[in-house]
Amino acid sequence: MNQAPRRHNKPTQLSGPDGTAIPVVPLRHRGRWVVGALAILAFAWLGMSLATNPNIRWNKVAEYLFFPKILDGLWVTLMISVLATLLGLVLGIILAIMKLAHNPVLNWLSTLYIWFFRGTPVLVQLIFWYNLAFLFPSLVIQIPFTNIGYMWNTNDVMTGFNAALLGLGLNLAAYFAETVRAGIQAVDAGQTEAAYALGMTPGKRMRKIVLPQALRIIIPPTGNEFISMLKTTSLVYVVAGNDLMTNASQIYKQNNLIMELLIVASLWYMLMTAVATYFQTKLEARFGADAVRLVRKPGFLLRKVTGTPSAAAHPRRPADDVAAAGKDLS
Amino acid sequence: MTTETRQLHVASHGVTKSFGSHQVLAGVDFTVAAGEVSCIVGPSGSGKSTFLRCLNALETYDDGTLLVEGQHVGYEYRDGRYYEWNTRQFAAFRSRIGMVFQRFNLFGHLNAEENVACALTEVKGLSKSAARARALEELAKVGLAEHAHKRPHQLSGGQQQRVAIARALAMDPEIMLFDEPTSALDPELVDEVLEAMKALARAGMTMVVVTHEMGFAREVANTVHFFDAGVIVESGTPAEVLANPQRDRTKAFLAKVL
Repeated sequence: MNQAPRRHNKPTQLSGPDGTAIPVVPLRHRGRWVVGALAILAFAWLGMSLATNPNIRWNKVAEYLFFPKILDGLWVTLMISVLATLLGLVLGIILAIMKLAHNPVLNWLSTLYIWFFRGTPVLVQLIFWYNLAFLFPSLVIQIPFTNIGYMWNTNDVMTGFNAALLGLGLNLAAYFAETVRAGIQAVDAGQTEAAYALGMTPGKRMRKIVLPQALRIIIPPTGNEFISMLKTTSLVYVVAGNDLMTNASQIYKQNNLIMELLIVASLWYMLMTAVATYFQTKLEARFGADAVRLVRKPGFLLRKVTGTPSAAAHPRRPADDVAAAGKDLS
Repeated sequence: MTTETRQLHVASHGVTKSFGSHQVLAGVDFTVAAGEVSCIVGPSGSGKSTFLRCLNALETYDDGTLLVEGQHVGYEYRDGRYYEWNTRQFAAFRSRIGMVFQRFNLFGHLNAEENVACALTEVKGLSKSAARARALEELAKVGLAEHAHKRPHQLSGGQQQRVAIARALAMDPEIMLFDEPTSALDPELVDEVLEAMKALARAGMTMVVVTHEMGFAREVANTVHFFDAGVIVESGTPAEVLANPQRDRTKAFLAKVL
């Protein structure tokens, strides 16, 4: 933050003891100019050495930027990110509720799950799922004591894509469960009492009263999880999930344009992150307080499309929403 | 079940409750007849609120008999045994009892109308439109029809508490419990809530009110109960208990608050 008051707050003159105006000479921040100039020089030198490096063939970067295999990988990366995040969110909410349940068995299982998935590296988990066939050559869903059921070859099911989805989703769930638990516990106990006093069962209280309010607290970190997930998907490289990173690496292993393709991949990751950050900022600022509506029936999308009066008639500043959210929860 | 308990909305006999080694209720004997407004007064920490919360099973009691609306609170009596209620039995029981809290406890993610309509759809199974109509009707009764679309944080404390009263009344309760309903309000907002409660009393609602508002107790209550150290020290009409207390503890307390 800026320590000095803003420029427009500074008086250009002050009235002296006899009432006449005396001009004010502003303090010159010579140090700032010097440091700023040095920093620009350093960055310009770095940028130049990269841009003019004869070993980087920029025309190749441009050529591969929209290469079909790269675009395919981009799509897979997005799909894995979205689906794994969704899987993580749903499982995370279930785990959080298990952890808060009165049933000690559910409690203990949730704790065990979280400990296991947070205690092992996600890379290990990805390779584990991909190689599940070593443990279970076939996957069987069968009604016990009958012959009715289905059997799959594990290697057909555990494609790189599915292994990535499971590995990343199950891992995120363990982290997200803690966020959800904190969100649920942050909802005032009075809300629960009021719900019970009106005759709601514990389940109804959770679904209709507590979770919608907990979501206001939970939603903003969700954006962060997704942004983080976009880049974590590059680990899918180890299980050949045909994502952006895998495809880029397959190309550079053939033509040896390692740096060029890493730049191509990085540019796309940066673009996706920028877009996701933009939406996350909007989500936090505009729907932070109303994020709760996301889970209520007629639907957030419908409201966005039709532009309901409540949203249109009361345009609110982000600061209001933050304050309002705080008040609502108190 | 005797005919005597059937006429009484609340019949408590020897109810006790401890938090750890601290005894909060030390044998409460207390009855509320149909249409009676019963005010519970007494110093902080005397067990008033805990007892009120026992009445709709928000708090458990350790011993004694507690009959509310003809039911043994928390237990079903069958074949010489008390069977603990399941969550559905608790919910069904509580849906018949209105409760207004000190800190309003309006649902923060719902506007005034939705706060009132919520339990109508979720608990009573009313259609959305029927619940909405009923909610608006109840809000109009407490003078808040034009605030139906405001969220709790956009309402003053007095308005929030009136929404809370409307929310409880919409369930058609057989008895209303008030837990210090004006204690969290700014002084100038107390009257609007008390007026709503007085109107309710005039309409014949059976009410149990834990309060520090001696003026309200004097004017509205049929019976005043003075709580101290987990027991009811003195009970009677407002004239008896508030104007002419017999016990020293009641006299000492009233000397401070009046």
